[in-house]
Amino acid sequence: MDLSSIAEKLNLRIVCGHQKLSVQVTGGYVGDLLSDVMANSREGYIWITRQTHQNIVAVASLKELAGIILVNGKDPEEDTLEKATAEGIPIFVTELSAFDIVGELYTIVS
Amino acid sequence: MNLSYENSFEIQGGNFKKAGDISVQIKKVLQNLGVPRAILRRVAIAVYESEINIISYANKGIIHIQVSPETVSIEAEDEGPGIENIELAMRAGYSTATDKIREMGFGAGMGIPNIINCSDTFNITSEVNKGTHLTMIIQLTNNQEEKN
Ligand SMILES: Nc1ncnc2c1ncn2[C@@H]1O[C@H](COP(=O)(O)OP(=O)(O)O)[C@@H](O)[C@H]1O
Ligand SMILES: [Mg+2]
Repeated sequence: MDLSSIAEKLNLRIVCGHQKLSVQVTGGYVGDLLSDVMANSREGYIWITRQTHQNIVAVASLKELAGIILVNGKDPEEDTLEKATAEGIPIFVTELSAFDIVGELYTIVS
Repeated sequence: MNLSYENSFEIQGGNFKKAGDISVQIKKVLQNLGVPRAILRRVAIAVYESEINIISYANKGIIHIQVSPETVSIEAEDEGPGIENIELAMRAGYSTATDKIREMGFGAGMGIPNIINCSDTFNITSEVNKGTHLTMIIQLTNNQEEKN
């Protein structure tokens, strides 16, 4: 399933990366530890995290992740947004917790 | 394919705003050189964890990267506090990261284990109050089963 369908079905707010929404999501990974995500995420995964600072952009770019979902309604910080826009990394915000959004995601992505 | 590339990148300790920038830059260069994707993934992890450690713990450092038709060699050399107990530092989960570093999602104690996991050859030397030197080599030629 592609990012735009996921965003629509799960009512995600798109904050940047509009031009990349046709990317297919191949799976997902949840984590707030960057080394963990570096080691265990795979290309095309969607990443669910509560980290909103700019270091998440490099991780998503290096691992070629499909996009990032920020949980609990937290917006990315200003420089995160700038960096993600420059790198073309889609970022979404959900009002749900990580548990709730993953529960919904799992049924449509896997 | 005639792979050949060499460059050095300076890293400032404590500069978390730029954390990962060098790794992203190096990955793009190697991608343009035509380095295979499976290799690229391993290089990205090794360089990233090295870069983050220099930013997290050292005063300053250099990442040197050299690509030949056979190997990608990465050297990460820094001036800093050094590592007193290397065996301990290599252990998964061991970390001396401060709360500030942990808040950003670093300091899981997985950096060096990740590097070892992605390298065909790994070497670390360190001198307390002087600095740390990592050498990582990833083979391009032999058909090793894909790590990461
Ligand atoms: N370049 C370095 N200079 C000084 N100490 C380091 C360096 N790299 C790693 N260390 C030490 O080794 C420990 C483990 O490193 P690592 O596996 O990357 O985990 P983490 O950075 O998450 O703590 C660090 O917490 C730190 O004490
Ligand atoms: Mg580390």
